[in-house]
Amino acid sequence: MTASLYWRCLRAVIIREGLRFVHQRERFFAALVRPLVWLAIFAVGFRAVLGLSIIPPYETYILYEDYVTPGLVGMIQLFNGMQSSLSMVYDREMGSMKTLLVSPLPRWYLLVCKLLAGVLVSIAQAYVFFAIAWFWEVQPPPLGYLAVLPALVLSGLMLGALGLLLSSFIRQLENFAGVMNFVIFPMFFASSALYPLWRIREGSPTLAWIAGINPFTQAVELIRFALYLQFNATAFLAVAACLVLFLGGAILAYDPGRGFWARRGGPAEQG
Amino acid sequence: MACYETAPPDQRAMSGTVAEPVLAVEGLSHSFGNRTVLDDVSFGIPAGRFAVLLGLNGAGKTTLFSLITRIYNTRRGSIRVFGFDMRRQPTQALARIGVVFQQPTLDPDLTVLQNLRYHGGLHGLAPAVIEQRAAEELTRIGLLERGDERVRTLSGGQRRRVEIARALLHQPSLLLLDEPTVGLDIELRRQVLDHVHDLCRERGLAVLWATHLIDEARDGDGVVVLHRGRVLAEGLVDEVCAAAGAPALGPAFARLTERATQKGTGQ
Repeated sequence: MTASLYWRCLRAVIIREGLRFVHQRERFFAALVRPLVWLAIFAVGFRAVLGLSIIPPYETYILYEDYVTPGLVGMIQLFNGMQSSLSMVYDREMGSMKTLLVSPLPRWYLLVCKLLAGVLVSIAQAYVFFAIAWFWEVQPPPLGYLAVLPALVLSGLMLGALGLLLSSFIRQLENFAGVMNFVIFPMFFASSALYPLWRIREGSPTLAWIAGINPFTQAVELIRFALYLQFNATAFLAVAACLVLFLGGAILAYDPGRGFWARRGGPAEQG
Repeated sequence: MACYETAPPDQRAMSGTVAEPVLAVEGLSHSFGNRTVLDDVSFGIPAGRFAVLLGLNGAGKTTLFSLITRIYNTRRGSIRVFGFDMRRQPTQALARIGVVFQQPTLDPDLTVLQNLRYHGGLHGLAPAVIEQRAAEELTRIGLLERGDERVRTLSGGQRRRVEIARALLHQPSLLLLDEPTVGLDIELRRQVLDHVHDLCRERGLAVLWATHLIDEARDGDGVVVLHRGRVLAEGLVDEVCAAAGAPALGPAFARLTERATQKGTGQ
């Protein structure tokens, strides 16, 4: 009986997030076009500049489009995580988050529901992108599409949890531009999404080191290896550890007894 | 965790030896940093009582609501809903509360029914139960045929009534409304007030209605006067008037707050 209460709550949050995503056509469109621009324009231009050697998990020479595709899927998930962070801040400012918080189910569970719903949305986007990329002749082994699913779940959870944690630090919607500058761009560019780590190392060993410990690099490598039917244990452990850390932090921050709610009295407190 | 859909609260209260008020607030204090927002607040609301929480802006009404709905935790004092302590048994307590917040919280891009289903799901209601109760509540407020329309298309008054319908979906025994008539014209205000009074009478709901508008308290209602975080008076409207030595609630409120202010500056 209790399990069904939890399931109904999760279902309701997933349906709501799904409907919201479909209704916000601009967001749907932007989420799809962004990686396609990278694939169709950036990758074509960059192919000539960047020579790639054979590195795991690839067994042969590959085109730059093949290399960048897992990175772009990672980008979809990164943007999605930040998007849910943005909508958490928005909901909090507008007061509609209170509807969620007065549910009798424990607050950590409500956060997990939010997180899972966001991950599902990001996975749907990732597969739409894979489908389009397939026509772009980015064609990993067919089984790879199945093998990549657990990787997408884990990386989506980790990046979504990061978004949740960030949303507890952001006080106002206006500060979101800061997240863009200080989180999304550095995470994306200082990672193995666009260029392999050995290439970065040639330019700057320090940057290569930073990219190596960047959780986003680990997420991208997890996706890349899974897509080519290999398991990257380091990436798996790193992503899982970051997930625990970020989600734990977010749960603490949203706890009614501590964190920012208790400190400053929640949203738009007037008396 | 115990299932919270089982025994109807009414029966629980009757089977108990002492009839517990639906909402019991005792010795509640809260502060943000050095600023004390609530200071030793105590009051109770029995079943079937429409109680007006009367206070000027900044009196502490919204903080009190946030504590009763556990947006954040009570630190000093206690809040009990049907005997369930908000700190120790939040699940059982929250399951018995319906809330209408000051800010609109319906999702304007979703339809009326989608909003209601979301809320029902958050409370763990089965889909069939949600559909049935949503139809009942929407019929009651005359919006059944608009269930599939987006909330955006509704007027302010209709949205408020949908929010009240939503708050009742899980059949709470305590209904909290935080300044629910903000932004409504005089006629709509009257309609919403009538509607909630009817609910109170027909279903034996305990209602806590926060407002700064004195005329929203009617004869026979309960009233809790909150001023700068303290309860100055509590009881039925005529009791509070009599105690303050005033002919009506308006002058009584003025007298009570004036006294409190003088006392405050005298200290």
